Amino acid sequence: MSLLTLDRLDVRHGLLKAVREVSCDIADGEILALVGANGAGKSTLLRAIAGAHLPAAGRIVFDGVDVTTMRAHNRVALGIALVPEGRRLFTTMTVEENLAVACASGRPGRWSIDTVMTLFPMLRARRKARAGNLSGGERQAVAIGRALVTNPRLILLDEVSLGLAPLVVEGLYRSLHSLFEGGATLVLVEQDLNRVLGVASRVVCMLEGRIVLDGRAGELTRDQIIEAYFGLRRGSGRDDKVQGQP
Amino acid sequence: MSGRSDVAVERWTRASIVSGFVVAVVIVGLTLVPLVAGANVIDKLTTLLVYIILAAMWNALAGYAGLVSVGQQAFFGIGAYFAIQFSVHGVPAYPSLVLGAVAGAALAAPISYFMLRLHGGEFSIGMWVVAEALHLMVNQDKLVQGETGTSMIALNAYSHAERLAYNYWLALVATVVLLGAVFVLLRSPLGASVQAIRDDEDAAASLGVRVLAAKRTIFILAAFGCAMAGVVWLSTSVTFQPKTNFGVQWTAYMILMALVGGLGTFEGPILGAVIFFIVQDQLGETGVWYLAGLGAAAILFALFLPRGLWGEIEGRFGIRLMPVGYRLRLPDVVTAPKGD
Amino acid sequence: MNIINLLTQGVLLGGYYALVACGLSLMFGVMRIINLAHGDFAVLGAFLAWTVSDSADISPFLALVAVLPIMAVFGWLVQRGMLERSLRAGMLVPLLSTFGLAIVIENLLFEAYGADTRSLAPMIGDLSFGSWAITDQFNIGYLAALIFALAVLLLGGLSLFLKHTPLGRAIRATAEDADTAELVGINSRAVYGIAAGISVATVALAGTLLAMRATFDPYSGPMQLIFAFESVVIGGIGSLWGTLLGGIILGMAQSIGAQFDPRWFLLTGHLVFLAILAARLLAGQVGARGGLRTSLGIDA
Repeated sequence: MSLLTLDRLDVRHGLLKAVREVSCDIADGEILALVGANGAGKSTLLRAIAGAHLPAAGRIVFDGVDVTTMRAHNRVALGIALVPEGRRLFTTMTVEENLAVACASGRPGRWSIDTVMTLFPMLRARRKARAGNLSGGERQAVAIGRALVTNPRLILLDEVSLGLAPLVVEGLYRSLHSLFEGGATLVLVEQDLNRVLGVASRVVCMLEGRIVLDGRAGELTRDQIIEAYFGLRRGSGRDDKVQGQP
Repeated sequence: MSGRSDVAVERWTRASIVSGFVVAVVIVGLTLVPLVAGANVIDKLTTLLVYIILAAMWNALAGYAGLVSVGQQAFFGIGAYFAIQFSVHGVPAYPSLVLGAVAGAALAAPISYFMLRLHGGEFSIGMWVVAEALHLMVNQDKLVQGETGTSMIALNAYSHAERLAYNYWLALVATVVLLGAVFVLLRSPLGASVQAIRDDEDAAASLGVRVLAAKRTIFILAAFGCAMAGVVWLSTSVTFQPKTNFGVQWTAYMILMALVGGLGTFEGPILGAVIFFIVQDQLGETGVWYLAGLGAAAILFALFLPRGLWGEIEGRFGIRLMPVGYRLRLPDVVTAPKGD
Repeated sequence: MNIINLLTQGVLLGGYYALVACGLSLMFGVMRIINLAHGDFAVLGAFLAWTVSDSADISPFLALVAVLPIMAVFGWLVQRGMLERSLRAGMLVPLLSTFGLAIVIENLLFEAYGADTRSLAPMIGDLSFGSWAITDQFNIGYLAALIFALAVLLLGGLSLFLKHTPLGRAIRATAEDADTAELVGINSRAVYGIAAGISVATVALAGTLLAMRATFDPYSGPMQLIFAFESVVIGGIGSLWGTLLGGIILGMAQSIGAQFDPRWFLLTGHLVFLAILAARLLAGQVGARGGLRTSLGIDA
């Protein structure tokens, strides 16, 4: 039984089709790497799953519930959490308040402000600091913590390493290690292929709104991924969807 | 590659050439009205023309420059006040009226310098405060004696029939000139930039559109227009009462006409003014239910029909009578590019 | 004329203005809507208080127990029923629809109550005219002082509410970024509804107090809106307390003006407002695009 099912999803930005006919099943406990060039539709897809963006066509089913038109805050109550691209912290509020505000969504579980602080120890000292005054790495930690504190079943991470120094990203991924090992279901959008391939169990590649590659991380070669990423195998204007062995 | 060179950009379509011709005929016809029609008709048409001016001016501000002013009555009143001042100081009646409007527009320039740096609701209420301030300052003038008001005595030198005709022609000339100015404005580079501003100010600015200059031009034009409307109103009523001339109900009327007719279209305000005129004429005396109804109409149009009646017509049928935009004429058969 | 007395009257008047303004400031800070019917909501509250007081033969203060919840619900309904649609439609629509709403309210009130000016002063007895005589040239009216105290209490209470309660945090988060707030589980529409309810309840309180210290009629609304707006803009510091300061400056300007000539009361207020506005714009405190928007925030 898959945790998340996307069925021929179409999402638009005004007149532009950002996500076209995307179908995908994500099982409980999978760590899915969603890769692709800028503008491929990855962020839009994540936002559609989280409810920030209503699809023009298609269905989204989460844990057996059709959430296609459900408002975002209700999806959080069901267990979907998005760490948005660019972090989008509440900059006028403190670190603690940013976490508290998400905590109030009330889902029970092991994540609380305290356990988040344990995961990201550097935040303890910055508890009362305004989110706007934090460094890039600290902000990302807060953004991730804010999603965790809602005790989600599905965590969507959009470009966690964006704009951060490699060392900082290293630190973040180390902190997240326990998350990766812990059996959470994650969808990770990342530019850094190496980094994400190291943790993912499955790779999906998007190009111009469509899925062009979908397979187990261990079974796909780097070349296959790169070809799909840049659309190098395209001929006479039609895309190939390459399936790895199930 | 197959031909894509048949796509033409044109300004004048068949419909608009015909409309242009019709407009010219209408203007000539309207000019002849005082010579053939009775006093009642002339008077009502004058009122209609005032409404058209007001609607067109508010539309220029809100529909084109994105400026929602809740204080245009400032110019409606101050133009009339200046006109009376000119008259009292010896200038003949009708020239006084025009000069009063010009003075009102002149006042708009310094006002715009500050007001245009405000946005959205701040600009709206800011203009209302300006109107209130001007109202109160005018009240201080001994000539006006507070809310008692005064009259433009020089107008009484004319016979009733003469006054009716002259008022009408003044209104007609003002309407044609002002609508013509809006028309020319929209067709000019300024017009394109103004519509860009309305759609997305930041994007327009980033493209080098001189946002402030464009807005100022429209602001001053609208001030002049409202002042002209104000002096025509003065000439028809002869009396000047601050509470009436500076009343916010003028803005209410303007909003309604522009909104119902169609914000951001050229023909919309005219349609809105005509509708409002008919409604006001038939129902104006029925009191508060009528006024409450106007308010409700504003709400309903704002929420459900924000493009107004003409906007809907334009949208659905693609008609544009006056060529203020550009149209793409596509070739009858568009062939798909062949693959390589 | 004793200058201390003059300034005190101005300060106390400022308390009233802050009360009227705080709802406007809240609505703008949270929803970026300037509600042109704000003043009319105050008058609506006043008429409601009058009706309850008159028919149940109770003190207007007691009537508030009914008036405030009713007006809060009314504010919530206006938000969910009308302003929510307006919000999504761009900047023009909220201004146009609230303007229309103002006209509807004014005229329906006229229809229901007629043109007579009324006052709640007769129903509060000594409170409306009694004062503490500090010296023989300096007194402080009971009601004026009470209004000022209520203003301080309300602003303080709101500040604390926004800063320390979960709902207050949710409101602040939604005010900053409604989209992201939804993504962390906050029901932004409900938050907007509550903020509108609070805003309208506070302005209804202000309206009732206005009715006690002065007269009111169906068309008194716009003037209250203008006072509220002027207070918020003058205060411009970006906090609820800034609104109090703005109200005080406005009150003092008006009182001083009235000293020279009673007819200059309103005019002086407007001129001071315009002058401060001009000074701010010239001093470049206003961003190229943002205008005075940031100064109307609810950064508590």
